[in-house]
Amino acid sequence: MKPLLTTKGLSRNFGGLRAVDGVDFALMPGEIRAIIGPNGAGKTTFVSLLSGRIRPSSGMVVFDGADITAMPAYKRVRLGVAYTFQITSVFANLTAFDNVALPVQRTLTDGRTKGQVRSGVMAALERTGLADRAGTLAGQLSYGHQRLLEVAMGLALKPRLLILDEPTQGLADSEIDNFITLVREIARNATVLLIEHNMPVVMQLADRITVFNSGKILAEGTPGEIRANTQVQDAYLGATHG
Amino acid sequence: MRDASPAKIYALHIGVIALLFALNFILPDYHQGLFARIMALAVFAMGYNLLFGYGGLLSLGHAMFFSAGLYGAGLTVYHLGWGVPEAFVVGIACGALLALVIGLLALRTSGVAFMIVTMMFAQVFYLLILYFAAWTGGDQGLVIQQASRVVAIGGASFDLTDPTVRYMIALALFSIILLVTLATVRSRFGRVLVAIRENEERTKMLGYDTVANKLAAVVASGAICAASGAAYALLFGYVGSSFASIQYSILPLLWVLLGGAATTLGPLIGTLFMYYVTDITSGFTSAYLLIVGVALILLVLFFPKGVLGSIRERWLGWLP
Repeated sequence: MKPLLTTKGLSRNFGGLRAVDGVDFALMPGEIRAIIGPNGAGKTTFVSLLSGRIRPSSGMVVFDGADITAMPAYKRVRLGVAYTFQITSVFANLTAFDNVALPVQRTLTDGRTKGQVRSGVMAALERTGLADRAGTLAGQLSYGHQRLLEVAMGLALKPRLLILDEPTQGLADSEIDNFITLVREIARNATVLLIEHNMPVVMQLADRITVFNSGKILAEGTPGEIRANTQVQDAYLGATHG
Repeated sequence: MRDASPAKIYALHIGVIALLFALNFILPDYHQGLFARIMALAVFAMGYNLLFGYGGLLSLGHAMFFSAGLYGAGLTVYHLGWGVPEAFVVGIACGALLALVIGLLALRTSGVAFMIVTMMFAQVFYLLILYFAAWTGGDQGLVIQQASRVVAIGGASFDLTDPTVRYMIALALFSIILLVTLATVRSRFGRVLVAIRENEERTKMLGYDTVANKLAAVVASGAICAASGAAYALLFGYVGSSFASIQYSILPLLWVLLGGAATTLGPLIGTLFMYYVTDITSGFTSAYLLIVGVALILLVLFFPKGVLGSIRERWLGWLP
């Protein structure tokens, strides 16, 4: 099987800081991959390079066999690379319905889906349990619901690769359980790449884990292997779970 | 657009158009003329509102699009002797083309830089009008004779200097642009524009080419403002450089802010209000701008989102 996404020597400097430093990475279709690592390890920068929000200083990104290194973010989204933000950034002054209508009409315009905007929106809202709040302004939703709305928007893009940046941050424990179910469901049709700090969530969800440290990949493997890796324990797990 | 029932929304807009139609037969001569002018200029405000209210792009150079229509239509009648309908189309085409070029250049910037860049281009346009005084009449402007302002359609001929004809043509243009605006803001394109206004970065990450969408908004806005300018030249028979001055870039902003940015009917209300406050106060005192200023301050204090914007916020959430 060929990887869905690969990077070769991917780097990004901010001034003198090498936030991402020569990363070679491969993601297989259909897997759920978690990226973990201490704060400032370059995780968000790395996925921003994948989604095209920032440009690499050097290296390349290949998606589904095509070099997308120079492709602007909006075109990558049309190819099926969807990104949900770490800091909730739903359109606060628009209704939940309109928030989801934006990605739905995008896929309709591209011809990647068929049907009506309304039915597509309601399907995504129902999947995330927000259907009864369709008419509420997004800014008036609770924080947990805003995060779910963010996921609904990502879903509505019909992504082939869904990148979730700290999706469970700020969620209550009960909401986290629903979220895990939701991600498993999404993963039946899409590849999922998530940055996550919540270790139980990572251990339950991820097929494989990539550990970042100082802009480089420190280790990669199944949850069991990562748990047993002493380097990882020193760099990360040891520090926070000492 | 909460609880938006399309029937209610369209009924409201058709109702406003019907009311304006009825006013033609009720209003005294003077006010009939004033209303024709207001409706033509409200089209200018609606064009501005599309870009500023919905798209969130604050331009300080829209006088150039208005006067592109004004001169585009006026000069073809004056120098080439073209008919009114052809001149009107030329006026709109000039505005749309200018907007395309200006948009391509100015959209490389955003925020304050966009304001300054559009203002500079408008000043260039204004100075060009003065520079080519041999054709444009410079700061004196040009008067388009009554004889050139007669439209023959089929066997009938309409004299644009006739108050009722003038009123009806202004109303027709106003109604078309009002309904076009309404349809646009309720369309998918309208939703994307609002999204760009709210959070451009996020809109990009939903797969939208935000620059292309903003350019489309600039061109649509420029074309509508040019339609207003072209109609103004043909209906009122005067083409002058004062319409290209900075004042006419700021006026549509004021009208839209007063009536309510991002409301379909706000531009009409804002234009109507400003025109009448100016008209009434200038009858009493030469210091009428002072009173206009006070009225503006009061409005900002009590209706910070403009008349319709505040009404929508407090009572009628369904207003488009």
